[in-house]
Amino acid sequence: MPHDGHDHDHDHDGLSPSGHPYRKDNDGPLTHWQIMEIAVRELLVEKGIATPAEITAQVAAMDARSPADGARVVARAWADPEFRARLIADGSAACTEMGFAMDGLKLVAVENTASVHNLVVCTLCSCYPRNLLGLPPDWYKTRAYRSRAVIEPRRVLAEFGLDLPDSVTVRVHDSTADMRYIVVPARPAGTEGWSEADLAGLVTRDCMIGVAVPKLPETVSA
Amino acid sequence: MTRHMSESDSDRSPDAAGRSWHDMGGLPAGGINPAEHDFALWEKRVDALQVLCATKGLYTVDGLRRALEEMGPQAFESMTYYERWISAVTKNLLETGVFTTEELNARMEAVAARGATYGDASIEGASPEGET
Repeated sequence: MPHDGHDHDHDHDGLSPSGHPYRKDNDGPLTHWQIMEIAVRELLVEKGIATPAEITAQVAAMDARSPADGARVVARAWADPEFRARLIADGSAACTEMGFAMDGLKLVAVENTASVHNLVVCTLCSCYPRNLLGLPPDWYKTRAYRSRAVIEPRRVLAEFGLDLPDSVTVRVHDSTADMRYIVVPARPAGTEGWSEADLAGLVTRDCMIGVAVPKLPETVSA
Repeated sequence: MTRHMSESDSDRSPDAAGRSWHDMGGLPAGGINPAEHDFALWEKRVDALQVLCATKGLYTVDGLRRALEEMGPQAFESMTYYERWISAVTKNLLETGVFTTEELNARMEAVAARGATYGDASIEGASPEGET
């Protein structure tokens, strides 16, 4: 598990491979909460609760999860009507079938259609389909998103650049610790005959939260 | 340990309608800041510690949430997400008796004395990087 943030110089003013600013990490001034994390981690190891290897493995397991996992599920649902039916009927079982660990969470897949658009939020905290998408973006955990998504979802969607016609019903799904939602976007027209891998390439994290819809690239390489 | 949680009970208690501060769905709020950041190693470790402690049955995810909610709105506004999480994880572990306040304070003092950065304060060999 190499971590490349502390053993060499790099440009913190640049963007990471995922296009986000680097957050100062091991090289910034030590904070009270970082001290607490180190202390708690060491005490857990000394008390025999967890081993360093377990902690490393858990960090790696979470790092390995990304929206690409959810995109594979959506692409299969688009390509395989029987899988789609299983996914809608029991999201946890269908994702487990694809090899994604659900850790006992109930996953509900909600499907966008020509007349319905779905949006996912957690008004009480930050519950998110982390097993399929990885950790949630910062904005998902903000007061602004949590408060407004359930009362003025169309305005929220407009802030993300998604303007829906009034003819489309917007359904907002409020997650809980034990029940997580993922949006299955509508398959874009013009993708007939595409491979699952190419289809998955259209499905972004934001599409599966419901603040975006898949867009075809200008030039199609498929 | 509790200095960051020192605010009036009224902020943390449900209002007349029985609504607690964290139950913010539908309340007025400002524009959504779309900024994101890549998680730092210490943040990923906080997440990992929470998952491991819950998986091992030391407490439940509800225990984490209770601690977060008890911290109140001031902490929500002034601390980052994983700052609140490590505070809540620690609270649960203290309540569970995994370690004592004295043990925690002594270890935090020792960690702080190691250096001025997270890297300096992390002991190679005691930290996951030491296990390759």
